[in-house]
Amino acid sequence: MLDLDMGKYVVYVWGSYGATALTLIALTVASVAAHRAQKRKLNALQDESRQP
Amino acid sequence: MISWLANPERFSRIFTPIRPYIGVAAALMFVWGLYLCFASPEDYQQGDTVRIMYMHVPAAWMAMAVYLIMGIASFFGLIWRHSLADVAAKAAAPIGAAFTALSLLTGSLWGRPMWGTWWEWDGRMTSVLVLFLFYIGYMALHAAIEDETRAAKSTAILAMIGLVNLPIIKFSVDWWNTLHQGASVIRADGPSIAPDMLWPLLVMALAFKLLFVWLWLVRIDTELMARRYRALRARLSFAEEGN
Amino acid sequence: MKAALALLKRDIGLSWSRGGGPILAVGFYLTLMAMIPLSLGPETQVLARVAPGLTWLSLALASLLSLERLFERDYEDGLFDILRGGKLPLEAIALIKCLAQWIGTGLILALLTPMVMIILGAPAEAAGLSLVAAVLGSLSFALIGGVGASLSLGSRKGGVLIALLVLPFYVPPVIFGAGLMQAYLTGAPITQALGLLGAYSLFALALCPIATGAALRSALN
Repeated sequence: MLDLDMGKYVVYVWGSYGATALTLIALTVASVAAHRAQKRKLNALQDESRQP
Repeated sequence: MISWLANPERFSRIFTPIRPYIGVAAALMFVWGLYLCFASPEDYQQGDTVRIMYMHVPAAWMAMAVYLIMGIASFFGLIWRHSLADVAAKAAAPIGAAFTALSLLTGSLWGRPMWGTWWEWDGRMTSVLVLFLFYIGYMALHAAIEDETRAAKSTAILAMIGLVNLPIIKFSVDWWNTLHQGASVIRADGPSIAPDMLWPLLVMALAFKLLFVWLWLVRIDTELMARRYRALRARLSFAEEGN
Repeated sequence: MKAALALLKRDIGLSWSRGGGPILAVGFYLTLMAMIPLSLGPETQVLARVAPGLTWLSLALASLLSLERLFERDYEDGLFDILRGGKLPLEAIALIKCLAQWIGTGLILALLTPMVMIILGAPAEAAGLSLVAAVLGSLSFALIGGVGASLSLGSRKGGVLIALLVLPFYVPPVIFGAGLMQAYLTGAPITQALGLLGAYSLFALALCPIATGAALRSALN
């Protein structure tokens, strides 16, 4: 059902899918990590500002 | 409605709860899409390499769509002073650049078995390369200007000029291509797309779109938090100086 | 109108008196011309084929050189704040400064283009057309360059940033200009290429001062 045999095109097809996966995952990780880091910074500063 | 969304608080209130659902939808689309990519038949001309098209074409579509979005957001930010629009444009840029680079990479990997070269200077690949340079220039300009307000304005001008020039550049590159007729005549997506191949393509395209929206919302939120951070910082140091 | 001409004269005069005018750009243009055969080999046939294209590329790169200083000095000297209060809108000031750049540097490079192209091996009958083409092309380069220079004003990244911003927009005039020369040398009709090159210059003339003015306004606030 799933045709996973790429014959002589293995390098190209898996290369493309691999590159896509790598790029999109890296983009996701980077975006989420930046988001979390910024949230931490903001919360820390907000806590600091509430203390007298 | 657009001006109604200009308030960052309201924007966050509406979109932050929706965001996870969009992320999940994107993931599900990818799973379904990947299944379809490998369940679909080989192309009788291109063999298995046609599966690369399911990655390459959606990436290329997104590359151009994101730039269009950046241009429109820049327009709203510059002309109508829509405060969220600047943030939206800045947040979209790295995502668009990644899609553009991906489309170039997959295009090269598709071209090698098809045309025998790692790179083909045809109209589309060359235009996408110039588009990539546009993204890099935009991000470089943002990084080079320290004042956030000015950076937003300058990059908005750049994005809008870029948007206006894109059709001209595309035209000039196509013109150039017909002038130097050595280039291959094989159209990259084949004579026409059989229905068997349309489904994986559309599902992957939708998956890419949903992923973009999710990433975009995450990055917009990050940027909004950064703004609040800077504002709070400024207020705190101002108060300290007053004491 | 008088104010406009005064500014034009001042800027052209300044570019000649400070920093030696077009000498830098001319020197760079000729250096590139010398390096092309050094990188490709002296075979006349090879050089003749690439002469038009590489001349255009060199013209574009040499035009980039003086862009950094286009607005910088006046920006740092505070002259813009004075100019702003005057009769001329920022867009007009931008246009005049770009025209001064063109007259002071770009046109000089354009005048040298036939010579450069022939030295690189193109047939001599291409000289006349290459002059016309270079005049049109260098105008585009100066106008687009103004946009890049104004956008990166004050950012300490200078020349390379301007080059990165501006070179993609140089693509159409480079394609049309080089294509025009190729068409002429292969005997193909040249009207389309010439028209496209001229059209792009007009387009730049209309759009660039507006964009440059907006960028200058943003930099001055």
